Amino acid sequence: MTVLDTPAWRPRTDAAPLLPDPEPYRLLGTPEAAELDPALLRALYGQLVRGRRYNAQATALTKQGRLAVYPSSTGQEACEVAAALALKPQDWLFPSYRDTLAVVARGVDPVEALTLLRGDWHTGYDPHTHRVAPLSTPLATQLPHAVGLAHAARLSGDDVVALAMVGDGGTSEGDFHEAMNFAAVWQSPVVFLVQNNGFAISVPLAKQTAAPTIAHKAVGYGMPGRLVDGNDAAAMHQVLTEAVERARTGGGPTLVEAVTYRIEAHTNADDATRYRDDTEVAAWREHDPIALLERELTSRGLLDDALRTGTAADAEEMAASLRERMHSDPHLDPMDLFAHVYAEPTQQLREQQAQLQAELEAERQS
Amino acid sequence: MTTATHAAGRTGAAARKPATMAQALNQALRDALANDPAVHVLGEDVGTLGGVFRITDGLTKEFGEDRCTDTPLAEAGILGTAVGMAMYGLRPVVEMQFDAFAYPAFEQLVSHVARMRNRTRGTMPLPLTIRIPYGGGIGGVEHHSDSSEAYYLHTPGLHVVTPATVEDAYGLLRAAIASDDPVVFLEPKRLYWSKAQWSPQEPSEVAPIGRAVVRRPGRTATLVTYGPSLPVCLEAAEAAKEEGWDLGVVDLRSLVPFDEETVAAVVRGTGRAVVVHESSGFGGAGAEIAARITERCFHHLEAPVLRVAGFDIPYPPPMLERHHLPGVDRILDAVGRLQWEEG
Ligand SMILES: Cc1ncc(C[n+]2csc(CCOP(=O)(O)OP(=O)(O)O)c2C)c(N)n1
Ligand SMILES: [Mg+2]
Repeated sequence: MTVLDTPAWRPRTDAAPLLPDPEPYRLLGTPEAAELDPALLRALYGQLVRGRRYNAQATALTKQGRLAVYPSSTGQEACEVAAALALKPQDWLFPSYRDTLAVVARGVDPVEALTLLRGDWHTGYDPHTHRVAPLSTPLATQLPHAVGLAHAARLSGDDVVALAMVGDGGTSEGDFHEAMNFAAVWQSPVVFLVQNNGFAISVPLAKQTAAPTIAHKAVGYGMPGRLVDGNDAAAMHQVLTEAVERARTGGGPTLVEAVTYRIEAHTNADDATRYRDDTEVAAWREHDPIALLERELTSRGLLDDALRTGTAADAEEMAASLRERMHSDPHLDPMDLFAHVYAEPTQQLREQQAQLQAELEAERQS
Repeated sequence: MTTATHAAGRTGAAARKPATMAQALNQALRDALANDPAVHVLGEDVGTLGGVFRITDGLTKEFGEDRCTDTPLAEAGILGTAVGMAMYGLRPVVEMQFDAFAYPAFEQLVSHVARMRNRTRGTMPLPLTIRIPYGGGIGGVEHHSDSSEAYYLHTPGLHVVTPATVEDAYGLLRAAIASDDPVVFLEPKRLYWSKAQWSPQEPSEVAPIGRAVVRRPGRTATLVTYGPSLPVCLEAAEAAKEEGWDLGVVDLRSLVPFDEETVAAVVRGTGRAVVVHESSGFGGAGAEIAARITERCFHHLEAPVLRVAGFDIPYPPPMLERHHLPGVDRILDAVGRLQWEEG
């Protein structure tokens, strides 16, 4: 034996096929778009319009004091919607705080999706109902969860794919690296979707990474990286669907970088004028996901008045229901604070619960 | 039948009664893997090698790589993926190679493992066991001897247990794996090869998590301790007889839940208590225990509750560690300061 025969010596994977396209992949407005199924385009359109309306409504709710905070995904609706639509019912979605729209598009009631941001509890939905993990706030920490769940499903022989969402800033976190590495080593059925919206609060991507693109990082782990126009709903849907299918059929994980833009400030509490120029925002408004899709639908004669008004009415109905239900005060039971810390509360917790109960009783009497 | 051999439906135990704590832990993992297909062991070097302490010896051979898995070398990744596995309904048992190398996993532990049940109103509990060899006294160089229990017991949502005997190593680990709550399972690495077996004073229990045990009854003062300090306390109690002190020793076994009832009952009987542990005293487990004893037993106390703990210093290099670790003399010295003249 020589060193050339030892496992350490030879590359394990051919790097070239893993490399992303040099430019973000686009479909809308290209000749290939003519092949796209009209039903899919209409469905995407309906979801985007609904998503835009949802973002506007949620932002309005912050102004009315009904949400503690809202990180808007306005401008990123194509990513959010495509993530939800690329999955089958048995698959799992792992969202971040910015991804309540994807959660809603997957079928969770908007009121339940917004519970964290309203502040009456941390997670408002049973994750098992729609197979949506709790919204994750500590950046990138949800990524290893997705890998572990997908790994467990594969070990169990189940047909389940996990799709995990993270921002561009989150890719600098150690958990991003560890999740990518575990997924590739284990060949877990996972798709990582990075929404590169240009900023991590105020910090631009250039200060996060010196990699050619985020998608290139995939190559270092031995998985394919895909670079996509994140405002092209059809391209997003196609690339994510392919990645999910690849994972489902034993092909292992994929990293998808969606190049998009955060049109609003980081949250309603942020002032974006301190760190970015309006001209940049204006440029991205010209590359709006809904406008791009409308153009395609129009050029193919698919956008008639019925679709337009029907879609708008549906979005309005969702917003009205959300507004109305968010305007009533949520039911709060302080005893819930102790109910789920452990399967059985400890003696100390029972004593503390009794103390709070007595305090509340005294408050009621006075 | 002891606590250990009675735990969680063990079969054929008598024939293979483990002689050391390391063997007991290995046996517990083996039996858990055999009894429940949801149990999965993962960590660094836990496969072919059997772990650096050989606690997982032979498990991959017996159960296959999918059940006992050598992971990439990344503690946050190990715990983070274990969270996902538990979300899917498995019962992962992760091994952190050493106390100080569990710190990369701290964010996953505090922000997710400890909170998932609460965050989801009980719909997504995480039945996870995190095994961590801890403590000093093995001549380890820097970063191999930390006592990290205080970090964990300060985190609501975690159970924190630590065995000090061969039987408890088996019984507590089976109970930890069977628990639907996440358990930080601290293994006193200097007791891995200890053969000490003490039968509990109480009747056998199936799941001893949350139950302290009286290792030695005593009339004049009580030593409250756990894990690696138990043998030291028992030795001190023996030596104390020469001074005319009849010292009792309580082994907490479980720091969370903390068995306040047992500790308070014993200390009320003696009126004097010293809490002994290896980790630094300031902000340590002993501070909490001493405070609770004072709150619960004030009118029975003849003296302030004292603590004998490691100094408030980074863990010393091996050639100096004996000065740091609580020993018999330091314990007896503390007992001597329990205001006997006024008692
Ligand atoms: C571990 C961690 N560090 C810091 C924060 C505070 N924080 C919240 S969002 C954010 C920016 C994240 O940017 P990015 O990953 O690009 O996602 P985006 O908000 O753009 O969707 C920061 C720093 C956090 N939530 N978690
Ligand atoms: Mg960003």
